[in-house]
Amino acid sequence: MLFYSFFKTLIGQQVTVELKNDLAITGILTSVDQFLNIKLDEIRAVDEAKYPHMMAVKNCFIRGSVVRYVQLPASAVDTALLQDAARREAQQPTTGGAH
Amino acid sequence: MRFVITVTVEIITADGRVIVGTFKGFDQTTNVILSSCHERVFSETEGVETLPLGLYIIRGDNIVLIGEIDLERDASVDLSEIRAAPITDISRR
Repeated sequence: MLFYSFFKTLIGQQVTVELKNDLAITGILTSVDQFLNIKLDEIRAVDEAKYPHMMAVKNCFIRGSVVRYVQLPASAVDTALLQDAARREAQQPTTGGAH
Repeated sequence: MRFVITVTVEIITADGRVIVGTFKGFDQTTNVILSSCHERVFSETEGVETLPLGLYIIRGDNIVLIGEIDLERDASVDLSEIRAAPITDISRR
């Protein structure tokens, strides 16, 4: 659940999502859920010449399972805090999702 | 009175197909129902071909992206002028 909470803190930021089919999309993060499905607003393909497939699409839902990377604005992330939270979650195995 | 959804969406599937239709419903595993949908076949050598499909249920596993289409912007695009390679299959690198 840590990364779910983490992504929720990034709502409103401009992010670039690279998918497993190499398609990269930039947009404003509007929503994230427990599966790390992502909703983006005001989207555009990073390589618009190669990907005109979504020209008329203004906002989209991306299935969490097809995401390869999410590029974040460095200014929006407190890495020390994130590292601390990750360490704390690792120390409490009962709160983790593994079974 | 029945609630009617009239949002036109574009779905990109795991095998790289682009399917456009009227969004009718979904569930927590992202299974989606589209009515009066059609496939847009992209090609590098000729314009976009439109294949009518009808009513489809698309299984969530096969869905990569669901985009809401801006109908005004969509109407202003001449699909026969667009040349682009199809989107790659998600499993093929």
